[in-house]
Amino acid sequence: MTILRARGVVKSYGPTPALRGVTIDVAEGEILAVTGPSGCGKSTLLHCLAGILRPDAGEVTYGEHRLDTWPERMRARLRRTEFGVLFQFGQLVAELTAAENVALPLLLAGTGRREARTAAVAWLDRLGVAELADTRPGEMSGGQQQRCAVARALVTEPRVLFADEPTGALDSRTSEQLLGELTRVVRRQRTTVVLVTHDVQVAAYADREVALRDGEVDPTGLGLTAITGKHTR
Amino acid sequence: MSTAHVLLGLLAGGRLHGYELKRSHDQRLPLAKPVAFGQVYATLGRLQRDGLVTTAGQDQEGGPERTSFAITEAGRTRLDEWLAAVEPPAPHVTSTLFAKVAVAVLVDGAERARDYLVAQRAAHMARLRELTAVKTDPASTLGDVVAADFAILHLDADLRWVTNTLERVADLHREVHP
Repeated sequence: MTILRARGVVKSYGPTPALRGVTIDVAEGEILAVTGPSGCGKSTLLHCLAGILRPDAGEVTYGEHRLDTWPERMRARLRRTEFGVLFQFGQLVAELTAAENVALPLLLAGTGRREARTAAVAWLDRLGVAELADTRPGEMSGGQQQRCAVARALVTEPRVLFADEPTGALDSRTSEQLLGELTRVVRRQRTTVVLVTHDVQVAAYADREVALRDGEVDPTGLGLTAITGKHTR
Repeated sequence: MSTAHVLLGLLAGGRLHGYELKRSHDQRLPLAKPVAFGQVYATLGRLQRDGLVTTAGQDQEGGPERTSFAITEAGRTRLDEWLAAVEPPAPHVTSTLFAKVAVAVLVDGAERARDYLVAQRAAHMARLRELTAVKTDPASTLGDVVAADFAILHLDADLRWVTNTLERVADLHREVHP
């Protein structure tokens, strides 16, 4: 069953087109990798699917809802309750402990403080960093911070997780451990994942790959300029 | 990879007969091409001729009589030399992938090479997914993970080469057919 759908999505930044009419379906429970070289529009697509950006044209549908026509207030509520978002880095609030960071989305959604803390610690435990509950991000390694960020993205048990180069700032062993744990957790929870990456090793954790090239879906699945006849040495 | 050195390494752990060596080889190198019985016996024959292994008795556990082999001191020295030697970090310019692209451009042009690379890329990605699943499977042993990693990193290198070559295939065609 399709949970997310983009139809002819167009988005430009000033005169620069980022998406030139992208159509994709995301099935419920799948891990979909969106790949392609830098500047191909993959992050913009993720932002449109997550309701963070509003497309200039085209449709974004989540279940029965047309996100592209929804006002920001409603999209923000959806992002708090149904979506989880994970970026490359810089997501944790430096002044808060790991448990406070992870509890934040629950507190914003109106959960009581004690209940939120219990859930946060349980998620930190699931990601193998329960002992860091009272530690601030500045005292953690990059890998530990990213595990906390994963816990925070999943603490509300979202239906869809949007991950934009989630291991882009990590070394390969740490990246592998994080992806292994992340995919185990989301498969168990049946969470749908849209995973943006330029790295084939990261894309291999997904069930399926959609490649973008110059703001369009590449039918060959390569995301390369070569198909258009442009070539470089 | 040298089958002779791998067999010497397997015998370094104790004497084995041919079938045990084959089984042990395939188990220890799960993603390598399984070694054929004939190859095991032919290799053992050469190793014996060179004094690197020796026969170490017969056994007959309810089946046909089987000869066991043991590593000799000279064999152990040879094995240690191989283990200590750094392999020349030469690019694999004679690999099948490269040969196919070169021949495709030569005989059929850039489109043929491109079609091949697109198909090869899809096959590589599918294998990469399978190997990644091995790595994330809780039932996998550390040996499975290490073997999968070895294959993944080599496939990744191939994939980067495929990507770069796709961008250069038109230029390559012009160079071959000026």
